[in-house]
Amino acid sequence: MSDVVERTLSALPGLLGQHEPGAGPGGAGGPGRVSASSRLGSLIRSITALTSKHRLMKECMVRLIYCEMLGYESSFGYIHAIKLAQQGNLLEKRVGYLAVSLFLHENHELLLLLVNTVVKDLQSTNLVEVCMALTVVSQIFPREMIPAVLPLIEDKLQHSKEIIRRKAVQALYKFYLIAPNQVQHIHDKFRKALCDRDAGVMAASLHIYLQMIKENSSGYKDLTGSFVTILKQVVGGKLSADFNYHSVPAPWLQIQLLRILGLLGKDDPRTSELMYDVLDESLRRAEINHNITYAILFECVQTIYTIYPKSELLEKAAKCIGKFVLSPKINLKYLGLKVLTYVIQQDPNLALQHQMTIIECLDHPDPIIKRETMNAVFSVGGDVVHSDIPNNFLRLLAEGFDDEKEDHQLRMYAVQSYLALLEEEDKLYPQKFLQVMSWVVGEYFSLVTDVEPEVILTKLHNLLKKTFVTSETKAWIMAAVTKIASHTSCSKTVDELIQELSSSLDTCLRQYAFELKHLCEDKALMKSLLPFDASCSDLVVDASLSFLDGFVAEGLGHGAAPYKPHHQRQEEKLSQEKALNFEPYGLSFASSVSSSGVTGRQSPTGLSFGSDISGNSAETGHKETNTLKLEGVRKLWGKEGYLPKKENKIGKENEQQTVPCESLLAGQVGEPPALQPDQGASLSEEDKEKQQLASTLFIGLGSSAGVSLMGKADTATQKFKRKSKINETQQLNEEALDFQNSAASDFGPLLDTVPINVEDSEGSIHTRLRKVSPCSSDIVEDNLAFETPQSLRKSVLDDRISANRLSQSSLFADSNIEIFQPSPSAQCESASETALVPSLPEELEELPHSEVVRLCQSDALALYLCKVWTDDSLLLIAFVSNETTSALHAVNLVFEETEHVQILESATLQFPVIEAQSVEHCQKCVKMNKVCTKAILPGSVSYQSEMETHLEFSVTLSLMDFIRPMEMTTEDFGKLWLSLSNDVKQNIKMSSCQDSFPAALDALQQKLKLHRVDVIGNEGILACQLLPSVPCLLHCRTHSGMLALWFRSPSAALPDGLLYQCQKVMEESSEQ
Amino acid sequence: MIKAILIFNNHGKPRLSKFYQRYSEDTQQQIIRETFHLVSKRDENVCNFLEGGLLIGGSDNKLIYRHYATLYFVFCVDSSESELGILDLIQVFVETLDKCFENVCELDLIFHVDKVHNILAEMVMGGMVLETNMNEIVTQIDAQNKLEKSEAGLAGAPARAVSAVKNMNLPEIPRNINIGDISIKVPNLPTFK
Repeated sequence: MSDVVERTLSALPGLLGQHEPGAGPGGAGGPGRVSASSRLGSLIRSITALTSKHRLMKECMVRLIYCEMLGYESSFGYIHAIKLAQQGNLLEKRVGYLAVSLFLHENHELLLLLVNTVVKDLQSTNLVEVCMALTVVSQIFPREMIPAVLPLIEDKLQHSKEIIRRKAVQALYKFYLIAPNQVQHIHDKFRKALCDRDAGVMAASLHIYLQMIKENSSGYKDLTGSFVTILKQVVGGKLSADFNYHSVPAPWLQIQLLRILGLLGKDDPRTSELMYDVLDESLRRAEINHNITYAILFECVQTIYTIYPKSELLEKAAKCIGKFVLSPKINLKYLGLKVLTYVIQQDPNLALQHQMTIIECLDHPDPIIKRETMNAVFSVGGDVVHSDIPNNFLRLLAEGFDDEKEDHQLRMYAVQSYLALLEEEDKLYPQKFLQVMSWVVGEYFSLVTDVEPEVILTKLHNLLKKTFVTSETKAWIMAAVTKIASHTSCSKTVDELIQELSSSLDTCLRQYAFELKHLCEDKALMKSLLPFDASCSDLVVDASLSFLDGFVAEGLGHGAAPYKPHHQRQEEKLSQEKALNFEPYGLSFASSVSSSGVTGRQSPTGLSFGSDISGNSAETGHKETNTLKLEGVRKLWGKEGYLPKKENKIGKENEQQTVPCESLLAGQVGEPPALQPDQGASLSEEDKEKQQLASTLFIGLGSSAGVSLMGKADTATQKFKRKSKINETQQLNEEALDFQNSAASDFGPLLDTVPINVEDSEGSIHTRLRKVSPCSSDIVEDNLAFETPQSLRKSVLDDRISANRLSQSSLFADSNIEIFQPSPSAQCESASETALVPSLPEELEELPHSEVVRLCQSDALALYLCKVWTDDSLLLIAFVSNETTSALHAVNLVFEETEHVQILESATLQFPVIEAQSVEHCQKCVKMNKVCTKAILPGSVSYQSEMETHLEFSVTLSLMDFIRPMEMTTEDFGKLWLSLSNDVKQNIKMSSCQDSFPAALDALQQKLKLHRVDVIGNEGILACQLLPSVPCLLHCRTHSGMLALWFRSPSAALPDGLLYQCQKVMEESSEQ
Repeated sequence: MIKAILIFNNHGKPRLSKFYQRYSEDTQQQIIRETFHLVSKRDENVCNFLEGGLLIGGSDNKLIYRHYATLYFVFCVDSSESELGILDLIQVFVETLDKCFENVCELDLIFHVDKVHNILAEMVMGGMVLETNMNEIVTQIDAQNKLEKSEAGLAGAPARAVSAVKNMNLPEIPRNINIGDISIKVPNLPTFK
């Protein structure tokens, strides 16, 4: 040590007074560092001179601590610090200990000199000395010296002062961390500490238990009860008020306990059972709006999702997550996203609920929030997740946001985190995730400068060797390898990889290997093929392959056989009967002969050149390059739905293959332009964009479609708007043509929708088509042509229209609800039966109403009832008719209240007197309290004639009596849809006679009084409300003879009830 | 576990550093600088949590910080600590400092490094939270301070100087306090880059 001092001192004179402004305190070199300060020199001198005088030594030591913190070399003073701790008085000792704990580390040789002092101080009677010794022990202590102090510290567990006991426990925790074997025998002492009468000691012991349970949770299950009891007491406020922090009892203790419980209850139903109550209690108690209660809530939620699930608690926890995510406080939002990431695996629906927030957070100015959001998006599901989510994520990443720098950071973070993930060998990741990883790594690897490309290549290479990786994923990985290889001069791994895969049995991989090999030979070409970060630039593709003309001509000139299309060749071969019959092996033929075609199909680019198969090997070589060129684009990795516009472009290339897909797209694209205007005004452009992102990002979460009706269509629109290409109109025309084609080829459904709209000259679809393109008038004509055979339907339609006219003022007008119009003949009939036909008052007569039915009758009195469906209520009109010739007195009509329905205002009604042969009527408004498909409303009527007579009756009310259509725009629907939580899904088989979607929709619309919000293709959205104002939204679509219904509503029972009605309607209509 | 507690001012000058995990001295300095760079470029209205800090432990590591006037209080913790819990712990720490130093300012941390460390030692021991009750901490510190009073002498001078400086209404002084200008024996140090 002294030589260090000497060296430093000898170096000082020449350097004193010199200031090097550039040298930071943490600078590298020794001499430069010391020279930075002359005062340090004087400090050194005073310390060395003062070795015998402790008084000043303490002050010097404090300064030395400061210097050390600033980064100056201070090792010369270490020995003095130890001396100070050994020999000084109490105050100096404290500084000495402090200096030692700051200067030295566990393995420092000088530390051994301290052991004796520590032992001495532990035995001291002075509390302060013992405290200091324990503090330093828990900070640094040489492992091999533990036995020397362990018995002393064990003794301290019985000390009368709680502060000593607590510090002793902490010291033992430290020992447990650095040498668990040496404290094995005192585990029962930990238990004693856990049961200590002082809560502080108990809290300290929790550190140990948390650590031990983390390592081996099964060994401590028996303690669950104790932890639960402790938490219960803490939560219940049994601790003294000293432990309160912002009037929350011992929050840190609670957090610790919740963590322990989470670890204990993981995957263990029996243990979890014990904690449900206390968790519920904690959730309930944590209500005060302070940071620390949120900390407890956060732990609670995490614990609830960690332990064996209990639906009731999960529900409450989900609500809590909402509190976090929607909080304006940014810290809470961050934590909300964090817990969402954790929770989403178990309950993807939660992501659906918070998708708007998630999207907003992706745009958040705080990069940390952005990152966390990214994680949330990622962790959504494994392979079960809809392919759109990774696709959309990659699009977000590739297109970036407004800020170039932030994009850069985000991408870099993505690459870094993926590389870190790949670091862990033998970890199974979902295939989709691996694909996302390889794309991101391949595309943006160069952003990470501290990792050699070679290292990344090795990782990818290792991944390729794994058995769990599917061949599709391997194609993605190979694409990434190719991209990385294009930016490195020469790589051993790439060579190795080419060698290895050239003989691979997987043709696809072999193909890649060959491509890579050829490309590696021509780096310049490779670079131009695979430009950096060009994933978003548009690529012009020469679909006619005109650049090959010269080559073909040359080939032909050399006597090569002219190119024959695949089917022609096959036919020829078949006719020759020499070739193998490929018929039964159609698939394997494709993959073995046309490796390039298959590669294209499986490669992330999603491009397919299957039609270019050629037997000519030379030509294949060229085709390969061709495929690769396209691959350089990298933006077409999405197979379905992603970047519809771009896909359309490719569609043009290989029209034969993608016709079905394209027409589908066209079907979706065709409509939105018309939708746009009526959505427009109310919502700002930005919000709309976000909403679209939200819905696209989460399409398919939970179920296959859902939001896609709005989402996909809108995305398509968005694309058009954003890019605003010159050829937009042209493309639209093409799509319209496609639409026409698809309509022509598949006119079943069209016939059902179009005629109605054509008939109604203002029909929306009609105008829409007009808007789509000028040439769509042809379609209308076509449709008109189709219409003629459908005269039957037309007549039905006429009826409906006339019905509309009858009650135009009503809400029902647009939804064509069957309205009962009492037929004259029926009236005659009833007239013949009884002289007293109650009829509705005039003002009610015009409203839709039911038949007047007789509920009960005695010889003196009859009770009739009629339901009137007004827009905002259900009215029960009761008619009491006096059938006798004398007046009836004191007629009392009483409705009983049931749990389901309730009469508003008073449920009793009194007619003091009803004249002979007359009818009295009254009306009552009914409200449904609890949703049920059928409710019985019992009641009684009593009257006084000669004697008191009592008649019982009951009214049957159906759920449908309370359902009204709800008018809204598609946009409102979208908003509302996302905000509703209760959903019910069901597939209903459609019978043959109602196979067309519009027919089914009509049936639902009429019978169930639903408002038809929008219909696109084979998807439709409908809305209704349960009086007074409980909305219920229905999204339905058809696929392969099934009608998929998806209800959402704030009420839990309403969707079920409606679903039941729907099923009934569908059954009825199929019986007809 | 808490891995490190760092306090530095708006210019990145460390005012207190305490590491509960072993890092070499050079790494410690780098960690301080890295943390400062991470923390200082964040706006006031973003969240108080940061992930990263590659030197201190990578992805498992979290930085939880609060910014008070001229000082940043940063706790580097691993994933086993509750973010909001630590955030409130910083609050408790600062409030305790405020109580012990009576209107604490940056200079208190410079001139009483040992005291600040002692306060911290009562709160956090070996990287684990020991005590969160401010009154309890203050009681412990007071008990220790009684010892100090019996030992008058050298410690008295700087204390008087500090109180004199304090009366100058320090918070109004521009953030960049050049210690060398105040004639107290403190090393005059190069600017931190």
